[in-house]
Amino acid sequence: MLIRDLGIIPADDSLASAAPTAPPIEIGNFSRRGFMATSGILVIGLSLAGCAPGEEARLDDAAVAESPLTGVKGGDATPALWISITDTGIVKVTCHRSEMGQQVWTSMAQIVADELEADWDDVEIVQALGHPKYGDQNTDGSRSVRFNFHRLRVAGAAMRTMLEQAAAERWDVYPAQCKAQQSRVINTVNNDSLAFADLAEGASKLAVPAETDIRLKARDEWRYIGKPIASVTVPRIVKGDGAYGMDVERPGMVYAVVARPPQVFGKTGVVNDVATLAVPGVLRTVRLPNAMPPAAFNSLGGVAVVASDTWAAIQGRNALDVEWLDGPNADHDSDVYRAAMEDTARQPGKVQRNRGDAIAALASAEQTLVAEYYAPHLAHAPMEPPSATAEWKDGKLECWACVQDPQTTRSTLAAVLSVEADDITVHATWLGGAFGRKSKPDFVVEAARISREIGKPVKVIWTREDDLQHDYYHSVSAQRFEGVLDENGKCTAYLHRSVFPTISSTFVPGADNPSAGEMGLGATDTPFDVPNLRIESGKAPAHLRIGWLRSVSNIYHVFGVQSFAAELAHAAGRDQKDYLLDLIGGPRLIDPNAEGADYDNYGGDLEEYPIDTARLAQVTKRAAAMANWGRVLPDGHGLGIAVHRSFLSYVATAIEVVVDAEGNLTIPGVWLAVDAGTVVNPKHVKAQMEGGTLYGLSNALYGEISAKKGAVVQSNFPNWRVMRMAEAPRSFEVEIVESTASPAGVGEPGTPPAAPALANAIFAATGKRYRSLPILGPNGRRLSLDDSQDS
Amino acid sequence: MAITLKINGQDRQVDAAEGTPLLWVLRDHLKMNGTRFGCGVAQCGACTVHVDGLPVRACITPHDALEGAEITTIEGKQGAVADAVRAAWVASDVPQCGYCQSGQIMAAVALLEENTDPSDEDIDTAMSGNICRCATYMSIRRAIKDAAQTL
Repeated sequence: MLIRDLGIIPADDSLASAAPTAPPIEIGNFSRRGFMATSGILVIGLSLAGCAPGEEARLDDAAVAESPLTGVKGGDATPALWISITDTGIVKVTCHRSEMGQQVWTSMAQIVADELEADWDDVEIVQALGHPKYGDQNTDGSRSVRFNFHRLRVAGAAMRTMLEQAAAERWDVYPAQCKAQQSRVINTVNNDSLAFADLAEGASKLAVPAETDIRLKARDEWRYIGKPIASVTVPRIVKGDGAYGMDVERPGMVYAVVARPPQVFGKTGVVNDVATLAVPGVLRTVRLPNAMPPAAFNSLGGVAVVASDTWAAIQGRNALDVEWLDGPNADHDSDVYRAAMEDTARQPGKVQRNRGDAIAALASAEQTLVAEYYAPHLAHAPMEPPSATAEWKDGKLECWACVQDPQTTRSTLAAVLSVEADDITVHATWLGGAFGRKSKPDFVVEAARISREIGKPVKVIWTREDDLQHDYYHSVSAQRFEGVLDENGKCTAYLHRSVFPTISSTFVPGADNPSAGEMGLGATDTPFDVPNLRIESGKAPAHLRIGWLRSVSNIYHVFGVQSFAAELAHAAGRDQKDYLLDLIGGPRLIDPNAEGADYDNYGGDLEEYPIDTARLAQVTKRAAAMANWGRVLPDGHGLGIAVHRSFLSYVATAIEVVVDAEGNLTIPGVWLAVDAGTVVNPKHVKAQMEGGTLYGLSNALYGEISAKKGAVVQSNFPNWRVMRMAEAPRSFEVEIVESTASPAGVGEPGTPPAAPALANAIFAATGKRYRSLPILGPNGRRLSLDDSQDS
Repeated sequence: MAITLKINGQDRQVDAAEGTPLLWVLRDHLKMNGTRFGCGVAQCGACTVHVDGLPVRACITPHDALEGAEITTIEGKQGAVADAVRAAWVASDVPQCGYCQSGQIMAAVALLEENTDPSDEDIDTAMSGNICRCATYMSIRRAIKDAAQTL
């Protein structure tokens, strides 16, 4: 997320504008015959729904034309942009966001099909190309539903209205007596009906209605929205159907892996490829230009090895003799860097939000509670490492890749390679996990450069080592907290200072101040009801590419904030959950900007999406109740809880751990309550809560990326450990709060409370407070219980 | 050197360099992309196939060691157990991104072909070699038990 939120680079729309070239067509002909003749907005032969090589997925004139619905809330709702109906009755819904496991294909189609009154069995999904006409396609920030809920409802309802009107004209009756229902329009007077398939052509000739002439369904009329509709991708997945970036095939395609400089902005020196070229199957090597600051989404330099299959390319790279030259990050060492960050966190920083006078209150207090937390760099490590296929032909570039943002991929390629955006086509494949990694299209730039050089289609494969050693890493961070308790244990002063290298450094050379956008993810949005509150940031220079990872700065901020809240409770001699509710305080709306913050609320309006302490308290109480908080626990068991609002959703997580006498840790249960406003698919929200929580637990227990001499140490799953089946919680219960509030995010908000809830549970079980992550690390099998605190 | 491999019951001619892992023969030479690349060092299980009925990591298994063996991939895995596992996966919407699920299914089918009533510990043992970064582990555990119920 965040690039645009941080104001670092311009919105994509300024970088590319016109539609890909399409043949002349009959405008708005929805029939199968017309569709075959003109391509329409979607593809013929949908087995891979627009992401397969060789299929044409183009925007037709009806889709790109201005309509009365071009400018509705959220963007363009012109029906032809989103929906096509064939003469066999297939309802094709275009999904402009990338499918990466969050079931966006299903949820987008649920919204459209509901308002359209399509029979769900008639619905097929078409993956959109990267194009500004769709508006924002950056599938991160947990906002696909939030950004598109309204306009996709409007698009569906507009198409329904046009089908009803077409039926009215056919029957020569009033439109009001024609009602769409399950892919047919019914004449409510005499019960005649016509199929959508038979009405589509007539409807396509009608004017698109204005928003005021469309009736959106009432909430109790929803057929699919809010229902646990099964995923449309799963029946294909269980057969091994290949639709991922790694699976792209082009005629005459070759394969490449790249040897990259170990340090960011390291350079390639002398290259001896004699042994490489002797490997059977290796075709040639290609030297890529050295990377220069800013890293942005450009390629990293190095030498590509091109071969007739992936294995030969990997073997050829192993045989390559390259001299790597030091760059400006050659001295970076994570241990030294940590000490420097912790030192910065002990000095006064830049004030990001202030209430009362915490400094004076801390200075005059007889006793203060001070705690410092540390969280390391993390890698995204999606199961599918980055992969891109590029084909240069006649001055035009076509790419197929597992990208979260095909539009930014297109504009990046245009800028980096000095090609017109109109000459670039980007197909988003399915993504085998992403977590933020695949919104950075550096790997597509590599494929494009290599294809241009060799004049053939090429698939670039990143190995797991490439993925872990050349990621855009989640930021390392040092957090310092100071608090004062009065004689009743109430917190009267609270200072939080946050130090981390900023994502901005990836786009602005030398940027070393945490941005307001990052500080708004768990720091300046702190909801605590304390009279003196001060949030500060401290500078840290970046020596790796820093990027956003599932829930971004919330990870380290909330680990600190929710751990410290539990430490305050312990110091006050109070129950952790009760004290947390007291810290949150009574029902009220919080506006950090009224206290000096520059808070952007995930790009949401604070009126539509307020920071509501009542909703925070509600999920906290629900998660506690689900966990049967307060029950008598056996020796070695502990319950911990944490709550946070992120991506405009409220999530509270209670975790039970068991730690035996040897320090072996197991997690018998997790209980999570989420208030995400209006929910489109509860089944998949539950899956995101489970997945987001375990992603956070995996990182908290095992995850650490570190550097020596500027190069990342970790290389593959043996030393980048991730949670496995035996380590996963045995029980995981999710409760979704019923809400009619506007839809909020769900892909990321499960992650932030996971780490502090775990640390709080371990403290409850053992009395040992873990303030430094990871808790176990790549090799740790048991908790060390020999001292009471780890820092 | 060209050799013949028996894959999903069919003889396939393969001409790949000596020692090329089965994974890349399947994917790059035979265009059978259901078997996935995740780590290349037998740590993640995304490339799990069956060789003579047993789960094997295709990423570290040289294809030229498999002459005469029965190789089965996700595309060709059939039978009552495979049907039950696929049905349970669909019924529970187990996959999220789905990338690792070919390997998860192949591991689960191998487990249930040996043991139609696996305990939690049996599932831990059989499935802990298969990483899922979407963390569908709870759903996988439930689906294995659901599939077992139907066998």
